Amino acid sequence: MKATVLIRPKEGILDPQGKAVERALPALGFSGIHRVRVGRMVELEVENMEDLPSLCEKLLANPLIEDYEIVE
Amino acid sequence: MTFGVLQFPGSCDERDALAACERTGEARMVWHEETDLSGIDAVVVPGGFSYGDYLRAGAIARFSPAMGAVAEFAAGGGPVLGICNGFQVLCEAGLLPGALLPNEDVRFLCRQVDLVVENAESPFTRGCEAGQTLSVPVKHMSGRYFAPPELLNDLVANGRVALRYAPGQNPNGSVRDIAGVLNEAGNVMGLMPHPEHAVDPLTGSDDGLALFASLAAVPAAA
Repeated sequence: MKATVLIRPKEGILDPQGKAVERALPALGFSGIHRVRVGRMVELEVENMEDLPSLCEKLLANPLIEDYEIVE
Repeated sequence: MTFGVLQFPGSCDERDALAACERTGEARMVWHEETDLSGIDAVVVPGGFSYGDYLRAGAIARFSPAMGAVAEFAAGGGPVLGICNGFQVLCEAGLLPGALLPNEDVRFLCRQVDLVVENAESPFTRGCEAGQTLSVPVKHMSGRYFAPPELLNDLVANGRVALRYAPGQNPNGSVRDIAGVLNEAGNVMGLMPHPEHAVDPLTGSDDGLALFASLAAVPAAA
């Protein structure tokens, strides 16, 4: 079964990558865009969906600094 | 004193680490597939880009066979020093508290910094004096130390912040200028700066030798 995992920097943790993207926008003529956050998306195929949360916590995300969301 | 220096595919500072260890004791390399640490008195997890540092720095290396052996070694009280990527690996493995995030200014850093010894009683810093300054290089992309507030208070209150960046020299946005931390038992330490690159006056400073000498329990000048 195909699954998608979204990984985001935890709320409140400075995301310099998002900040850099946000700072670049005005120079490209974009305005009115705020609070840019950059995370990761992992696509995978799993035989047992119940394995996925444990995989996310042990490897795909670091729960101390990142939140993950499983999108089936 | 025999040091074991881990070597992962993608490590790049293991030779300097080995050379630094050899200035104060015996040392041998430990390949990432090795699990036998017999005869080794202290482990160094060196810098580099273990397994390419894909996903997150240190995330994949923590599952290597050698790291399983290092976790057992640390649980038995053996001293383990993680440098740069080694620090990231030890945090990912849960052997040290906190995490290393991308630098505040999203740039790779390479410069000499001054470190202040906060805790001079650990096996890694006992050859130093509290408040002593060490000139050591940093070179990293993800060195911003992070720990949640309650953990941070615990680290500070219990002397587990071993090293800080000197005032005004925090290069990466690390919380409370933290450069190196200890585990609860005090036998595992990680730091982002590279003491193994500062063991000979030829490269500008030999202040880093103090950490290896502390571990080997010989005077830094030896």
